[in-house]
Formats: sequence, C-alpha cells, structure tokens
Amino acid sequence: MSLFDLVEPGRKVLLMGNEAIARGALEAGVNFCTGYPGNPASEVVEALAKAARKFGIYVEWSVNEIVALEAAGAAAAAGLRALTAMKNLGADVCSDFLMTVNLSGTRGGFVLVTGDDPSAHSTTTELDTRNYARFADIPLLEPSTAQEAKDMTKFAFELSEEIGLICMVRTVTRLSHARGVVTLGPIPKEKRTAAFSSQDLWTSGSSSITCMFHSILHEKMNRVKAKFEESEFNRYTGNENAEFVIITAGTGWLYSLEAVRMLGLEDKVGILKLGTTWPLPEKLVLKHLRRAKEVLFVEEIDPFLEQNVKMLAAELLAEGNVGPLKFYGKKSGHVRGEFGAGTGEIDVDTVIRALAEIKGLQYQPREREYSEKASAAMGSLVPARTMGFCAGCPHRASFLAIKKALQWDGRDGIVTGDIGCYSLGLLPTGFSVAKTLHCMGAGIGTANGFGKLASFGLDKPVIAISGDSTFYHACIPALINAKWHNANILYIILDNNTTAMTGHQPHPGTGSDALGNPVLKIPIEDICRGIGVETRIVDPFDLKDAVQNVYEMLKMDGVKVLIFRHECPLTETKKRDKKPKVYVDQDKCIGEECGCARFCTRVFKCPGNIWDPAKGKAKIDDAVCVGCGLCADLCPAEAIIVEEET
Amino acid sequence: MEDPLNIIVTGVGGQGNIQASYIIASAALIEGFHVSVGETYGAAQRGGSVTSHIRLSKEKQYGPLIPEGGAHVIVGFEPIECLRTIGRFGSKKTRVIVNPRPIYPIDVLAGEATYPPINKVLSAIKELVYSVHVVEATELAKKVGDAILQNVVMVGCLAASEFTPIKAEAFRKAVTELFAEKGLDVNLRAFEIGVEEFKRTSPL
Repeated sequence: MSLFDLVEPGRKVLLMGNEAIARGALEAGVNFCTGYPGNPASEVVEALAKAARKFGIYVEWSVNEIVALEAAGAAAAAGLRALTAMKNLGADVCSDFLMTVNLSGTRGGFVLVTGDDPSAHSTTTELDTRNYARFADIPLLEPSTAQEAKDMTKFAFELSEEIGLICMVRTVTRLSHARGVVTLGPIPKEKRTAAFSSQDLWTSGSSSITCMFHSILHEKMNRVKAKFEESEFNRYTGNENAEFVIITAGTGWLYSLEAVRMLGLEDKVGILKLGTTWPLPEKLVLKHLRRAKEVLFVEEIDPFLEQNVKMLAAELLAEGNVGPLKFYGKKSGHVRGEFGAGTGEIDVDTVIRALAEIKGLQYQPREREYSEKASAAMGSLVPARTMGFCAGCPHRASFLAIKKALQWDGRDGIVTGDIGCYSLGLLPTGFSVAKTLHCMGAGIGTANGFGKLASFGLDKPVIAISGDSTFYHACIPALINAKWHNANILYIILDNNTTAMTGHQPHPGTGSDALGNPVLKIPIEDICRGIGVETRIVDPFDLKDAVQNVYEMLKMDGVKVLIFRHECPLTETKKRDKKPKVYVDQDKCIGEECGCARFCTRVFKCPGNIWDPAKGKAKIDDAVCVGCGLCADLCPAEAIIVEEET
Repeated sequence: MEDPLNIIVTGVGGQGNIQASYIIASAALIEGFHVSVGETYGAAQRGGSVTSHIRLSKEKQYGPLIPEGGAHVIVGFEPIECLRTIGRFGSKKTRVIVNPRPIYPIDVLAGEATYPPINKVLSAIKELVYSVHVVEATELAKKVGDAILQNVVMVGCLAASEFTPIKAEAFRKAVTELFAEKGLDVNLRAFEIGVEEFKRTSPL
C-alpha cells in the first residue's frame, strides 16, 4: 500500500495517521528523515522510506532516538528540511539533545514527531510527551484527524523554518493507528542544497552565551504564540454564548463532538478545539473563558491543557475580568479511565460519563437487563486471551532453556527483561522467567546493579535479556560498564535478525538499511568480543545445547554473553512457498496416560499445539502452526510428525 | 441506514483483521462515505485479541472508537472474540457474521481456562443480538488454498449481506486494488466464495 506517494493533488485517500504525517512531510518537501522503530510511531519512517527513491529523500533507521534527532538536527542546521519520529519513551532518549537544540536553533524546517500510547497498548508507560514541548519550550501541534496530521506536519516545517526553532507534532495511538480520509496536496519538486561553512556556528553555548540564546528562545516563542492566536487549527464550535465550554485537543475533539451530540447538549455546550497547544494561544482561550462559567478539559493522558489554562485563569483572576469558573477534568476526577483520572485512553464513553455526572443527567447506553445478560455471558463463556509468542517463535525455546538451566543451577537466579517481543518473558508464554521490565536497555543496565550485590547479601546468578535491535540501541554502554566493573552477569541476546515487535525493521546486524539496500553487517559477537567479553552463539532450537550453555555460563565469573540466534518465523516463513506438514500420530499420543503432563499444550504452550478433549489426545492447529518442528523434538512420546512438503 | 454506521471486525492477532478492515473502509471510500477506522492490536505479537472499528457516515467524519453498545454489524473471525466484542459493543440491533472456528487462547492451552462448547457460544451470541450468520470461513479458505484467507472470505460474506450500504462491486474493487501486485487470484476467489456462501446461509 504505497498510496501516500501519489502525485495527484486533490485525490482523497484512506491513510493511517502515521502515513498522513509522512505525507505532510512529503508535501513540505522533506529532505532528511530519521527515527527508531517504536509503537505507535513506526509507520512514519516506514512510509517515508517507501517514498524515498521517488522523491530523492534520505531516510534512515538510526541506531537509537538521540542519534536520530542529532543526525536530523544537523541536516536542518545545514538548511534542509528534516524530520525525526519516535515513540513516547524515544523522546526521553533524545531529550538531552532536545534540551540544547532548542537553544541552538535551526535553519531548515526541523520537526520532531512523538507517538504517545494512552492505555500502554504496546509500550511500558503512559508518558505524555507534550511535557517535553513545554520543558524545552518549543512549539507543539496536536492533530485530531488524519487530515490534520498531514496538514499540521506540513505547517510544522514552515513554522520551524520561519522561526528557526524545532517544532513538535504529538500523536497518540488512536490517531497514529487510525485511518481516515485525507485529501492529497502537491509535492514540491525543487531540491535543496545543504550548506555549513567555517563561518557557521551551531551551539547552545555556555555561560552568558547560553543565557542569551535562552532569551532568544523566549522571543521566538512569543512570535510563535502570536501566530498560534490566528491558527486555523484552533476552532470553536457550538453556541457562541454557551456558559459550559469543553477545551480539548487531539483525539478528544471528535469524542467530545459525538458525546455532546449523543447527550443532546449542542445548545448548551461549546467546544474549543486547540491544535496548537504550546505555547497556549492565550487570547483565544481567554475570549472563551470570559463568558464561561464551567470548563471541562478533554485530553489524552496528563492534564496538560488543564494546567496551562488554569495558570492563565489564575493570572487573570486578579484583574477581575474572568470567573468565577468551575473546572472539570483530571483533577476533579470527572475524566477518568478504569484505573482513575489521568490513566488509560479516553473515548466517547469517557466524555459522556463526565458530562452526565457534571450535568446530573441519566445516561444508559444499553438497558440494564441487556448489560447484565451480556456481562453474565462474558463471565461464563469468554476465557481470557493472554498475549503469547507466535507459533514457531524462537523466544519460547530461549525462555524454556533459561528456565531449565536455572532449575539445574538451583540458586534462584534473577532474570532482568527488556523491550521487545521477548518482554513477554514475564508472562506464562515465556514461563514467567523474566522478573523486571522498564525501558530500552534497562535489562542489562539493572543487571549491573543486581550483579554487584553479593557483598550486601544478594549473591545470586543474574541473567540479563535483550533482543538484537535493543542491543545496538541501548545495551552497549551497560555491557562495557559490566565488563569494566567485572559484574557477575550472563547477558543473553535473543537475536532473531529483525526488529520484530514494531513490524520487522532492519538494524545494524541485519545487513540492510531502511530502503532495503544491502549494507555492511555489524555482528553482535564482534562488538562483545571487542570489549573482551566471552561470547558464545547457540540456536535455541537446539534446546539441549542451549540449556547446557546457559547452565555452564552461569557458573563462570564476570560478564558473559550468550547469543541465541534463530530467525523470526514471521520473516522466515515469507521466504518459502510451502510449509512442512505437522501432525500428531494418534496412536503414539496416549494423552494423560503419557506422564508428560500434556507437555505440548500445558507446558510448551505453542498456539499451534492444541488439545482434543473428545479424544483426550494432542493435535496440531494447522491454521496456526508454521511447521518449525520444535514440538516434535520435545514430545517425549515422539508422537509429533513433521513431513517436509515436496 | 444508521448514521454513523458502525462495523467491528474482531479476531485474534495473525488472522488478518487489519487487512479486512482496510478492504471494508476502502470500499466505503469508493462509495463516497466519510470513513474512520480505529485499530486495537497492541504489540505485533500474535495471539492477543484484535479489534477494528470502522465507522461510515454520509455527513461527517467520526472518531475512531465506537461507543458502548454502538456496533451495528460485527464480523467475528473467532467465536469467543465475537462474544467478547458483543459484551461491550453489542445491542439488539447488532447483526453478526461469525466464523465458528476456535483459536485457543494460551490460557486454555495451559489448562488455566476452559474453552466453552461452540454451540453454547453461538446461542449466547444469538440471545444478545438481532441476527447471527455462521460461516465456516476457515474451511472455505482452505479450499482456496490457505486458511489465512478466511479474512477475505468473511469480507465476501459482509459484501453479500447488505448489512451495510456498500455495494458488493465496491468491495470487489477494493480487493482488486489491494492485491493488484500480489495474490489477486486467490483473494478474489476467497472473496467470491464468501459472497456465494453467505447467500446460501440462513440466520441461526
């Protein structure tokens, strides 16, 4: 689906929010694009990579987010238009550079796209990256629809270039991964030339120079504020005299419109939708605060608008031309998720509940009797569906090997987890082997601490886990630290030759770049051995060998690396036309009488292995099985048969 | 039609939910509707519940999430996922097309949960909605060559159902555009099998 690189202005197409952001960058004439894969932002760079050859754009998957932002920043400093996209925690990683490049400025348009994940559908935090825009004091845009995602990204480039300051576009999962209709605009043809001469200086300075740049930043932001006051991305709908005003941004806008309509409150409730949320367009907000008596804030995650507007109201209170005002939102608890205010994503139901509670309205989406019946059916007939590794996933074998080796070792070893598909090592699919999970690189990072606690009475073997892409992204400094301080750590790298969780992007070890061009591989083992760390490589599908190596290496002092190398089945199966046929020999499988405790289903838990309760025997789900054959190696009755198709 | 018309496609990761919702939304766009699609799929791993919300309107664009009880049509790729979705989004107005073939949750494999008998799940669904059509889409897809094509078989059923104002021809065009470069033949065949099968199927 490469709809986004069409050169057909005026055509309406269905685009994912992330594709719309990429399209906006194309329509702004972007020259240079970087990023690190992370949900929900990955598709921005992917979409631009697909368009790169056609439009002569440089696109790279960088090793991590700070290198991505620095590389893009340099291109922008040289006068090009540059974009960097990343997930919420990626903004943390790049924040060092962000907190200085806000002062050094830019020549070409420079746009940072951050994807937040309310409800943490695919991340480990509900971080609200809008705080970074306020923290760094840079312009912030929040699109509400796919069309706005495109238009705002284009505008962000223009604004950034005019003011000479990096701009941020904040999206959330429900925009990034939603699709909407977008009207395409033209893509400029002119090509830019990069320039940076010995007369140029690009720095945030030091001492008084820094203070001077800081003051220039404030002046730039005053100019941005004046522009935001007039922005077409901010609009008010509803009764001009409504005393109840919803102030909203991003996804909250369409939810608010629908909720107000469903409750029949169109005449009583006005909606001020802000697309430019930092710096706050104060005059515009004030215009509506003056006549309002009650204000409800509808926004994803933190009370960002809520706090900024309240601060504005406090300043004006003394002047007597605003208030008294009642504020509702996260602080009042009216806008809340399942786990309370400021947690979970918002939706139409969230806004309906808030409005109904404030206005004292009775609203029942379904009759009580129906809801009770539906709940009863759910309770008795719908089992949980916990996430698990795919059929044929090498991580299942790796965690089984670690589990067995730790049992043999018998010292109750500690396993620290990291970010990737293998984060599921904390769950039953990974035999609940991993015990910690935070951010990229925190597995080996925290192992540096756990591996140094023997003199404080915690003398246990420590295993750190990470994937291959995560190794390059954030683990190398921690590995060097462990070697330097001789921490007792076995670091196991699950190398499936791809960045699987975010959709199979390349990394420095895969031998290809963002466009699929062949490039030099930088093998993990070369880096580890270069640091002087004992490094072994094993295929986890050779389970006995895998267990033996984990067991042996746990006994060795100092830091050790074990690479479990086996390709992700999702990429591997695409390379072949036919899959082997796997089935259970119904004579050999003797079910419960075997004494294997139904190993293939209960213990191994590959979704390709299922249980036939009628026969009391195992069988294979041929719609799920990928034919890897590992279960056949492990079945104690040798009842699972693999036939290679010819 | 109801405006907005709310359709949910629900199933398990790896069943081709997102592709199916893309075909439905593209067909709606061909027919000139305002379309919004919201996908819930968490991380890329297989095995979790996946739900796509598709909203059509003649009037304006709606948000990507359907409110509680708001689904007019549910296309269920898996029976318990279909019931789970009805639990939050179903009503006595909802029309359901469901593939009765189970994909067992890891919790069931591990023996920590029980997968209910399919007939019980289907009766519970019937009790809660306006109508239910049961289509053995996985078996039909295998006839075309691959179980994975059940998603396109189910889209064919939706196209034939007239539960939406989108004409079958627009669905056909969307399938043709999506698979223009690869796999057009098998996907069109899967689509047509779905169309034919639905015409033969009576509601429960």
